[in-house]
Parts: sequence; structure tokens; C-alpha cells
Amino acid sequence: MRAQLPKFLFVLASFAALAVFPHVAGKFGVDLATKIMIFAVLALSLELLVGTTGLVCFGQAAFFGIGAYATVLLSPSDGPASVATLLPLCVLLAAAYALVVGALSLRTKGVYFIMVTLAFAQMAYYVVHDTPLGGGTDGIYLMMKPASGDWLDLDKPLVMYRFTLACLLGTFVFLALLGRSKFGHALAGIRVNEQRMRATGFSTYPYKLAAFVVSGGIAGLAGFLFAVKDGFVNPEMMSWHISGEVLIIIILGGLGHLRGALIGAFAFALLQEFFRSEAIFGEFAKHWHLGLGLTIIASVALLPRGLVGIPTQLLGRKSGARSSGDLAQAASAKAGHAQP
Amino acid sequence: MDLTTFLIQCLNALQYGLLLFLVASGLTLIFGIMGVINLAHGSFYMIGAYMAFALAPFVAATVGGGFFTTLLFGLILAVALGYLLEWAFYSFLYTREHLQQVLMTYGLILVFEELRSLLVGDDVHGVQAPDFLSGSIPLGDMMTYPVYRLFISGVCLLLALCMYFVFAKTRLGMMIRAGSTNREMVQSLGIDIKFLYRVVFAAGVAIAVLAGMVAAPVSSVYPGMGSLVLIICFVVVVIGGIGSIRGALLASLLIGVVDTFGKVLLPQVAGVLVYVLMAGILLWKPDGLFKAG
Amino acid sequence: MHNPEILLRGTGISRRWGGLTALDNVSIDVTRGSVHAVIGTNGAGKSTLVNILSGELEASAGSVHLLGQDVSRWSQPRRARAGLGRSYQRNTIYPSFSVLENCRLAAQAMHQQPWAWWRSATSCTKSLQAAQDAAAQAGLQDLLEREAGLLSHGQKRQLEIAMCLATQPSVLLLDEPLAGMGAEETDRMLELLTALKSSHAMLLIEHDMDAVFRVADVITVLVNGQLIACGSPEAVRNSPEVRVAYLGEH
Repeated sequence: MRAQLPKFLFVLASFAALAVFPHVAGKFGVDLATKIMIFAVLALSLELLVGTTGLVCFGQAAFFGIGAYATVLLSPSDGPASVATLLPLCVLLAAAYALVVGALSLRTKGVYFIMVTLAFAQMAYYVVHDTPLGGGTDGIYLMMKPASGDWLDLDKPLVMYRFTLACLLGTFVFLALLGRSKFGHALAGIRVNEQRMRATGFSTYPYKLAAFVVSGGIAGLAGFLFAVKDGFVNPEMMSWHISGEVLIIIILGGLGHLRGALIGAFAFALLQEFFRSEAIFGEFAKHWHLGLGLTIIASVALLPRGLVGIPTQLLGRKSGARSSGDLAQAASAKAGHAQP
Repeated sequence: MDLTTFLIQCLNALQYGLLLFLVASGLTLIFGIMGVINLAHGSFYMIGAYMAFALAPFVAATVGGGFFTTLLFGLILAVALGYLLEWAFYSFLYTREHLQQVLMTYGLILVFEELRSLLVGDDVHGVQAPDFLSGSIPLGDMMTYPVYRLFISGVCLLLALCMYFVFAKTRLGMMIRAGSTNREMVQSLGIDIKFLYRVVFAAGVAIAVLAGMVAAPVSSVYPGMGSLVLIICFVVVVIGGIGSIRGALLASLLIGVVDTFGKVLLPQVAGVLVYVLMAGILLWKPDGLFKAG
Repeated sequence: MHNPEILLRGTGISRRWGGLTALDNVSIDVTRGSVHAVIGTNGAGKSTLVNILSGELEASAGSVHLLGQDVSRWSQPRRARAGLGRSYQRNTIYPSFSVLENCRLAAQAMHQQPWAWWRSATSCTKSLQAAQDAAAQAGLQDLLEREAGLLSHGQKRQLEIAMCLATQPSVLLLDEPLAGMGAEETDRMLELLTALKSSHAMLLIEHDMDAVFRVADVITVLVNGQLIACGSPEAVRNSPEVRVAYLGEH
């Protein structure tokens, strides 16, 4: 447990910092931080699939988008929807699509699995892009943001910030508990050697499908938060560029660690803001993709285990034996990946 | 649909399919032989298209050449670019895990997009086909078909035949095929695997660039063209089976037909048809239509 | 007369791939308290037979009975939960986990409870106990905290066996447990196998002929997918068919 302390403190400190952040930041800062936290939730959802279970899903944007579109489509036009009913519903709908996609995709492996998940995401994209259901390329506006009583009015930025923070914390804690549970340990075993798990007596398909559904649901939660924050959804939320970005975020942060998803989301967003800043780059700021691209290349070249591996890389420590208590996170001493 | 329209759509499907095949074959080779997932492959296609646009006046001014000279110039530049890229960047990816390759080549996409933006700008451009290829040939009583599209199909077919010849009949092709199944053995036979990889990579890049150049008059030149072609190419490679050129050809033609006829017969769902096709094929044959070979 | 308890029975197993016949009408019984070795040249069909018995491969014809039940249609995990353990020729241990965790995760298969997401996996005393017992049986009780990837080759093979034992199976399918081992490690492994004999029914694939004749009670000889002999070690050693077809080349 002693090896756990620095990681635990880091996470605790991060959430504490996020909690007090609104007191020192202006409107722009709160807005940006809310957006980053939403992407952190999305990143966590993908981390469960990729880092823990070894399933590289390239269609996460679909579940994200379904959560968002459901939020808008199911909100009444005459008054605010109730958060208590709308949020679970959106999560469930996203999870339902994940059930369908997972049930079919898990019949394939490796790169083929990646592409089938992409295909299903593209199908969802085209449904909202080309049919009247999703309002087409113009997107749809959320007329009134949801609320629950007087204390939870998500129309107010600070309330939204705290609510998002609570969702992020809740997701993190949930996934942390899941990771150390029997279910989480089984997923880690499936990632390392699915054949051995089967030979031992685990029916691996239901486990993978369950992970897929949970992941989809959490992505739907992120979609709900995004739709509420921006008050607007459009088909680009379901594009493969988003799926790709989330994947990039968790690889950048470091696979196999929940905090990797957090770090990746913040690092990616902050890097974008940095390179986009005209104050620093002046005229060149409109070519911010260049700086971002070079940074990504450099980070992979220099940090093979992602940003989360920086402390161990700096201290030159070799990974020691994992005690039974630190399994799902330790299982990725090597960054997990799907082997085609 | 009458016969002439059907024929026109068939020709369109053939042209689109063959063009896809050119780009996808480079992707499947690089993935199948070197084990590298290259997300930036679509960027090479985009680079080719922008080269057709940007090089033409330059070539006309300096050498006085026309369309084919521009193509030649572009091809030489592409081979040089491919060679350089492999040496400076991709050769470091062979030992990396696939997800790291994904991340690095994603970074490369961003770099390419911005370099293009800096050098040539972000505008959409049209490229003129050379005069002698700009006509149309009559089809049936009332329809005509653009000669240039036939030219595209012809070029692609020619290149495909060249590739077949190299793979099946030359020593280089044999080494490439051997290198894809057993890297160490090929090395122990004294064949310089590094050189082999460099050649394969440069060829893959050159073919993709050439495809972009040749397609430019028909598809026009715009910033997002790389990502679009990339996704479809991955679909081709996956349907056809990773590393299989034969599979890439079959899959490209299949997609060409489905996409072209889909746009005409079912325009509402045309965009999604290709993905439905892919999902369907993979659920039937989870390893693609052909295994490597 | 005491009827020996047949825990695993394969009847008339055939496996064809297109025009190629990998196994032709092979039957095999594995009884409690005995080691049944399967030997044969490379490509004789030994791995195919074991894969069909374990459930990883479907037979073209024939049936498999485990503890009296027809499991021919059962998936591998289901057979494993019913008491069929399997070790592999190439190690399938989890290198980054500790020895204890390797065994505990294996033992978890019998106490899965996947819905209890709030409960820590290591709080399950049953799986921990089963893991410790299995590790001790395999002689790894002093290495519980060691990272599995850092073990010596022989110790890894022991761990491979321990993971089989963690689910407390009645039948063990062991695929070349001695692969890559030196003389001393081989002796230790054979001691282990002999110790396991009394409570399990064991099927063993091995190339090491000395080891086979030391530990096996029954030997089946496969050549080109066909069963050419089955009997006690002495009978097999003296069988003319075997001498011609197999032992002669060995």
C-alpha cells in the first residue's frame, strides 16, 4: 500500500485544486475547466476499455453523441427537465447502443475490432448527419438547461462546474473501485492473456461486453454534460475525429492508469490553448496544430509510458513486484494495447 | 436506370475503386510488411493533390512542361519524401507498440496539415485536366463520359499491373513477400531489411501521392481530403485483409460499387453504406476476405 | 473388483481440415489416480487431441465426456469450471502480476461474483486460500510476492501448473510441462506430477521419453492422427507397431 500513497495524494490534490479553482479563476477559466473535465469523463470511459481490458474502441464518439443528442431531444421545450430523470436516461440510452455495438463487435479481434467499432460509430454519425432525426448538419439547440429544484440549476456556470466536478469524481471513484474488484481483476487478466482466462474457467465474452456497456454509459454521461454546458449539439460530436482525440488523450496520459486519463485530458486541452494563444505566438497562433503535432510526437518518443510515467522515468525506478492489492492499475506495467 | 446510365455508374465505380486501391495498397503494404499503423497515409494523398495544384505553374515556368511533366516531378519528390520520412521518422516506429504508432502518426497528420497550410494555404482549389484529356466520349445516344476519368482508371490499372509484376515476378517482390512473413529469416539471408523497408515505404508514399495528383482534377483540392480518404482506406484494408494486395483490390472495387450505386439509388443512406458493408463482412469473416498474401 | 474411475473420456474423436485428417477415430480414457501419456511425432495430432478435449477446438466427429457428462458441445471455460484444468506448452502466466496474484486470479474463476463492484477482489478469502494451497502444491510457497516475469524458467513452468491447480480440478491436461527444463528442474517437476497423481486424473503430452516412462501408467501412441498403440509402458515399449512407427525414429 505504501507505493499507492503518492498516487493517492496526487489524485486527492488534483481534485482539491479543481474544487477551489473557481475561486481564483475568471469566467473563461471556469468555462475551460468545465469543458476539460467533461472530456476527462469521456477519457475515463475509454480508459476502461483500452487500458484495463485491452479493447481498442474507435467509436467512443457515438456513445458520447447519443448521450448528448438524447439530452437535447428528450428535454421538454417548455420548461427545464429534471436532472434526476434526464441524466440516467441519457446514460442508459448510450449504454443500450453500446450493448448492441459490443455484442456484434466483440466477435472480431485486434485491428478488425477497431474498425468495426468505427463502423458502428459512423453509422450513428450518418443517422444524425443525413436524416431529419438529428436536425442535420446545423445541429439542435437545447432550449432550457435541466435543473433539479432550486439548488441544482445547471444554467448557472458555477453550479455546472461543481456538478461536472462531482460527476468526474464519482466516475473516478467508481472506476477505481471497479478496478480493484473481481470484475476489474478479470478484465485485467483478459487484457494480458485472454486464452489463459478461458482455460481457467472465465467466459470472457460477457466480461468484455459488460465493460463495453459500462464504458458506453459513462461516455453518455459525458455527452449529457457537454450538451448541457454548451446548450447545443451537432453531428460533429459523433465524428471519428472525436473518437480519435479521446484515444490520443489516454495514450498521451498513459494507458492502464485512471489518472492517466485525467492527466491526458488536461494536458491535451492545455496544450491546445497554449499553442492557440496569440499572446505567446502572435501571428503564428493560427497554425497551432503544428506545435501540438510536434509535441505529441516528442512525447511518445521520449515518454513511452505516457505522461503518467514521468515520475518513474525521472527516478529511473524499475517496476517492482505487484502486491495483490494493486492489480488492475499495475497490470499495465507495459502499456496495454490490442495486438492485431 | 437505363443501360447507359448503368454503364456510366459502372465506369465511375471502377474509377473510384481503382483510385482507392492505389492509396489503400500502400497502406496495407506498410501495415502488413512493416507492422506500422500509419494514420498519416491519407496526408500523402492530400499532398499529392496539392502538389498537382502548386507544382503545375512552377513546372510550366521553369521547364515549360505540362501535365505529365508535373506528374513526373511530383513522383520524384514523393519518392524522395518517402525515403526521407522513413529514414527520419518511421524507422523508429517499427519496434513501438501499435498504439504509440497511432499517436505518433496522428501527430504527423497535424504537422502535415499545418505545413500545407503554411506553404499553400487553406483554400479549395480546382485543378485543370490537360487539354488533350479534357474531352468526352459518346456513350449510347445521348450520354457522354469524360475522357479524364477513363485516364484515371487507366493509370491505376497500369500501376496495379506494375505492382503485380514486381511482386510476382521480380526478386525484389519476392524479398518483400518474404519479409512480410519472416523478418529475421530474410535478414539472416543477407538481405538488407532496412533498405527493403525504405523501398517499400517510399513506394507506398509515391503511389499515394500519385493517386492524389491524378485524382485532383476530378475531386478538387481541399484541406479535409486526407482524413476522408484515410478512413475509407482503412475500411478497404480491413475488409480485404491486412497485408493482402488481392484483398485490397477486391475490397476497393466492392466499395467503389457500393458507394457509387448507393449515392444514386439510396442517397439518404449513401454515407453509411460502406460502413454497413464493412460491419457485415467482418461479422461474417472476422479476419477480412483474404489473409495476408 | 474395483472399477477405476474414468474422469475424462474421448470417444471416436476425429478432426478434419478440408482434405487433411488431423485425427482419425481416436479414443482415450483418463482415470483417477493415473497418468495417461500421449506421445507421437510432431504433427501426429497430440495438440489437436488435447485442444478438442479441453474445448478449444471442435471435433469433426466423436464425443468428450467429463465426469460422466457429455461435454462435447461445452465451451472451454464451462469445462474448466466443471473440473478440467489445462496447462500450456508455452507459458500463459501473467508476467507483471505476483505469483500469488497469478494463482488468485485463476482461483477466482470458481468464485467469480462479477457484480460485486464495490468489494475488493483480494478480500475473497476463498480464492486467496485456494491460491495459496495451489502455490504450495507446486512448491512456490516461498515466492508468493515475486513478480512472475522474474521467475526462472522452471519456476514459471511450476507456476503454470499452480494456476491449473488453483481451480481444484479433477482432471489435468498438461501440455509438455517439461519443455525447456534442465535435469534438476525435470526431476522436481516429475516429483510434483507424481504427487498430484493420487488425487487427479492426468493426461500428459511429452517428448521427453525417459520422463514419460518414469511417470506414466498408460501410454497412447499417435502417428499421423491415428492411434497405433495404447497400453502400459512395458506393452508400448515392446509393441512391434510402435517400434517400427515411432520409437525407432526417436
